[in-house]
Amino acid sequence: MSLGIVMLVHTAFGRAEQVVRHWAASGCPLVIHVDQAVPNKAYSAFVKALSDLPDIRFARRHRCEWGMWGLVAATQNASEIMLREFREVRHVYLTSGSCLPLRPVQELIDYLAARPHTDFIESATTADVPWTIGGLDEERFTLRFPFSWRKNRYLFDRYVALQRAVGFRRRLPNSIVPHMGSQWWCLTRQTLSAILEDPERRRYERYFSKVWIPDESYFQTLARQYSRQIESRSLTLSKFDYQGKPHIFYDDHLQLLRRSDCFVARKIWPFANRLYEAFLTDQASAMKRTEPNPGKIDRIFAKAVERRTRGRPGLYMQSRFPVEGRENGLTCAPYSVFEGFSELFENFEPWLARMTGMRVHGHLFAPERAEFADGQTVTAGALSDSAALRDYNPHAFLASLMWNTRGERQCFQLGPNDIFEEVEWAMAKDTNAQISVISGAWAVPLFQSNANFSEIRREAARLQQIEAEHLKVLRSQWVRARVRIWTMAEFIEAPMEPLQTIIDEIGSANPHGLAEVPRMADLTGFGQFLQNLKNQGMHPYLMGDFRAEAGLHQPPESQRKPYLVR
Amino acid sequence: MGIWQSYRMRLRRKRAKIRAFRKHFALRSVTDRTGQIAPGDVLLFSTLRDELVRLPYFLQYYRNLGIAHFLIVDNASSDGGTDYLAQQPDVSLWSTRASYKRARFGVDWLNWLQGRYGHDHWTLVVDPDEFLVYPFCDTRPIRALTDWLDSSAVKSFGAMLLDMYPKGRIDAVPYRAGQDPLEIAAWFDPGNYMIEKNRRYGNLWIQGGPRARVFFADNPKKAPALNKTPLVRWDRRYAYDSSTHMLLPRGLNLTYDEWGGEKASGILLHAKFLDTFTAKAEEELVRRQHYAGSVEYRAYAEHVRGNPELWCKWSEKYINWRQLEILGLMSKGNWA
Repeated sequence: MSLGIVMLVHTAFGRAEQVVRHWAASGCPLVIHVDQAVPNKAYSAFVKALSDLPDIRFARRHRCEWGMWGLVAATQNASEIMLREFREVRHVYLTSGSCLPLRPVQELIDYLAARPHTDFIESATTADVPWTIGGLDEERFTLRFPFSWRKNRYLFDRYVALQRAVGFRRRLPNSIVPHMGSQWWCLTRQTLSAILEDPERRRYERYFSKVWIPDESYFQTLARQYSRQIESRSLTLSKFDYQGKPHIFYDDHLQLLRRSDCFVARKIWPFANRLYEAFLTDQASAMKRTEPNPGKIDRIFAKAVERRTRGRPGLYMQSRFPVEGRENGLTCAPYSVFEGFSELFENFEPWLARMTGMRVHGHLFAPERAEFADGQTVTAGALSDSAALRDYNPHAFLASLMWNTRGERQCFQLGPNDIFEEVEWAMAKDTNAQISVISGAWAVPLFQSNANFSEIRREAARLQQIEAEHLKVLRSQWVRARVRIWTMAEFIEAPMEPLQTIIDEIGSANPHGLAEVPRMADLTGFGQFLQNLKNQGMHPYLMGDFRAEAGLHQPPESQRKPYLVR
Repeated sequence: MGIWQSYRMRLRRKRAKIRAFRKHFALRSVTDRTGQIAPGDVLLFSTLRDELVRLPYFLQYYRNLGIAHFLIVDNASSDGGTDYLAQQPDVSLWSTRASYKRARFGVDWLNWLQGRYGHDHWTLVVDPDEFLVYPFCDTRPIRALTDWLDSSAVKSFGAMLLDMYPKGRIDAVPYRAGQDPLEIAAWFDPGNYMIEKNRRYGNLWIQGGPRARVFFADNPKKAPALNKTPLVRWDRRYAYDSSTHMLLPRGLNLTYDEWGGEKASGILLHAKFLDTFTAKAEEELVRRQHYAGSVEYRAYAEHVRGNPELWCKWSEKYINWRQLEILGLMSKGNWA
């Protein structure tokens, strides 16, 4: 038989035995290495269980710790036995006890027989690949790593730091070019024996035994020296997560694996009964394969890594609670904030909803309650309009509203009467926020109110102070939101132009301009009203310049409507 | 976090262990089958009182997930639950008539049992009305999750409490023993949760859901906490500090990512609001054995007498874990 299997086992012996029998059933000789850490009792039980198979050998046991030399020593040893005892073997396939052959073994044998001189070993130079763990790439080969990363992290890190500090650098023997790749390879007898029988082997060993993770570089580097033809890929499907630990396959991956088109998969959860049943069967049932779709596995695992490292923007939940600055999006979707518009226009909210198809809320941060659209007391996500609940955690309130209404753009009113101190910065720094302000428009309701003038004066002073502070925030250099600020005087000169700009930016439902204009409040006498405030010693400045003479600033209803001209 | 703070936390943890030791004398073993526990088994710990009607489904649900052994403290049940549990082949039972409140709502008893039997096992601490849902729980047993957590060197797994409630009055449909309570209490609030970080313990403090919305809309500070860390690779030095909301050492509370990513997490479906609830709330009001002078139950009793409806137009009907994942209530993290 031309294919020999070297298998490294350290756990789940029942499963390993099943896989061994599967390989052996197709006539493949095996050399098995069992980790030194395995208790002798378990080891001898395993050996005994396999004693009925003729072409099985057990290699001398080494302590195999991840990232250390033991794994390579074990592999060398087992490979030597394979080459010595089974002369007819042409390809040696390195697998582990938790690997599972997906395609019939005969297919693999035929595949290799058709490529008698090809070595399948993933092998790339450090400069070309981004596989780094612990921030070490090239230094894997130029520093010494006598300490275990898993067990003696402190010493490991200190020793690396020390070597960096003194500028220590190892020389590579015979100027070899270090390569790395998956530890699961399939090499030809020629290449493998050349590596093992190399007169310089001791020298290479001395070097690689202090390299970090030599099982991913020893054979990968040396194969480059001797191979006639390298296919730089592993025949074993093995996916790694962002910590460099292999993804595990479960029963529900059955279809995925069926369609992977790979010969061997790693790593399989030992209790994945369905997988073992499905793949360790005879030729006939294993053959009922579906259309191969190997890309799907990549996508699924890439997504998993993305979910773990970047998460879903704008989501705050029990296992994603980013510190300030690391949110990767403060909210999940764009939204619009209007300040002063509903004061200046009598029917602004219904008008905006008609024009844009957005969800238009009233003052969400009003003191009495959150004024959700359509007067609802509870809205999407079962978010309550209770002011107490909202003010208990306003940031959660805002983020939840946006998250709950993904897919439907939200818009709400804000004004100096509202309770927004805690979310002011959150909105200002949010790239999803579009904030449009008509400063000083809060004076319009006061102007229309029936309160005593002294009260109006006091209220005006208070609102002006709040809005002035708010505008400072919106004008600060840290603002990331799309902010537009007009004074009221400026705005009513030509109100349609700014409105059109805002709505265009939102991506209006109506591309032909605004078919309808909102109705502006009657401002006759507003100038005089402001003058009266001034006369009382309160200086309203946020609304810009209004002349005291009546009739200068008529509502623009009677004027031309620029966007109605087609 | 300075040395002083760390030292105080250590003292707190020691105190919890000492309390657990003191309170364990009140526990009387009814049936001890702990000899059956094998290395690697996932164990479930629970304290309960008068929950007979819930027990059959509770045990069945967790047996299906692959819980190997149940370690249960029965706090003076009078409904026959003690006998029922004693007959179960995979239950070890202790009983006590001591005060639930003075055992810090059962935490002391379970801390003791976990230290004694849970060392080096994955332990799950849940109430009989809590049902754990984790990523892929419909296709993978809990052992798959704990093996994966082990291989990722993760020692604790967070699962937020999600209050489930029926549509209509809470007491409209009677619950029968053995029935899936989620058939009745099938609804939940999908997106009104509020999170705050507890700087001292490092855990997240989550409030919200229907209880905050209906019972505590005027006083949210008092709304019950929903954050939980029920699944832990236990070590005899560990201790729950307050219910399963907080653990010591504090590192175990870090079940969330702070750099924008998502860690894997689950949900505890909380089927508290069944027809049994109304009677329970009245009773607990008299017993006053619950947290903060049973303030929670006082609020319930007031509301429940009036209009016991938690359902609203925006309630979501439970389908499966994938739905909860999409809603952002739990996450697969990098488990695929």
